[in-house]
Amino acid sequence: MIRSEILKEIAPILNPHLVVCNIGLPSQELHMIDDNERNFYMLGTMGLSSSIGFGLALAQDKPVISIDGDGSVLTNLGTLPTIANNATGNYTLLIIDNGSYGSTGDQPTYAGKKTNLTNVARACGCDNVIEVQDKDLGPVLQAAIDSDEMTIIVCKCDSGNIKLPVITLDPVVIRHRFMEAVKA
Amino acid sequence: MNIDKKIVDDLVANDVSFVTTVPCKQLAGVIEEVDQRDGIFHIPSNKEDEGMGLCAGAFMGGKRPAIIMQNTAIGVTINTLATLTQFYRMPLPMIISYRGELREPVACQVEMAVHTKALLAQLNIPTYHFHWQKDVEEFDNILKYTFMSNKPVAILTDANFWGGYGDQ
Repeated sequence: MIRSEILKEIAPILNPHLVVCNIGLPSQELHMIDDNERNFYMLGTMGLSSSIGFGLALAQDKPVISIDGDGSVLTNLGTLPTIANNATGNYTLLIIDNGSYGSTGDQPTYAGKKTNLTNVARACGCDNVIEVQDKDLGPVLQAAIDSDEMTIIVCKCDSGNIKLPVITLDPVVIRHRFMEAVKA
Repeated sequence: MNIDKKIVDDLVANDVSFVTTVPCKQLAGVIEEVDQRDGIFHIPSNKEDEGMGLCAGAFMGGKRPAIIMQNTAIGVTINTLATLTQFYRMPLPMIISYRGELREPVACQVEMAVHTKALLAQLNIPTYHFHWQKDVEEFDNILKYTFMSNKPVAILTDANFWGGYGDQ
């Protein structure tokens, strides 16, 4: 499965919850599949999906899912020790690991070579790290959201993209409606 | 006057309850004071752009955030300031140790100091420079201004403000 197929499959699981979605194609895909006010689309700042979602999870009680990619986590590797050492049960980090930089043309990442992000997350001190194959993600994600423990999911999948337009929503609109959803 | 306490008192008085920090010798006292306050959640960051991401999330979660960092971090965070904090119009007080200014003992720090105000000006970030201890009296108003305007705001605090920089 490629990322857009995974997002289509887990969209109903994500729908009721606050989701911070990675820059580029992941946000464009989620926007196309199930645009709603509980989605925060990153239009810039590669690497910070996990940090934004984690700050949100620390600041309030609702479940938060950050959708990240292997390339973006590698950009901001310092995030994993911070998350590990300040764990909060309402946070789930979903790393869609397709071993490539999808939004820029599928150049390979080191996570698709020798670097194992599951082991990296564990070595950083994350207690609850689950590696899962794309087709098995749904139940694992649902269990992580339902659990009181913070979970890091590394979902292995194929690289590949679909063609779709950029998000034209104004960033302040994205932020405003998201904050209203947080308060609701 | 205890500057560390005054700065953290003003943060608390302005409902700032989520503070991320990257260490600095000059800011060590403020960071310790932040860490000890019950009303503030203190989360150290490994890098300043990561910290700005945490602050963006905390803001959207209903908390008023702040970041404490060195001026060298302006070089690290320009993309984050432009495409996250400014693009989505979020407030962020940045309490910055202005290394490389008068009374600085480390020459390399000057190399980023000479770019600091120019970079902040290029980004249209409101910038205040604390050089004398009495300058801290403006901090409360700067915080109010930051959360009124929904912008990142820089407070540069140099070695003279902190009473020198160790043994010189």
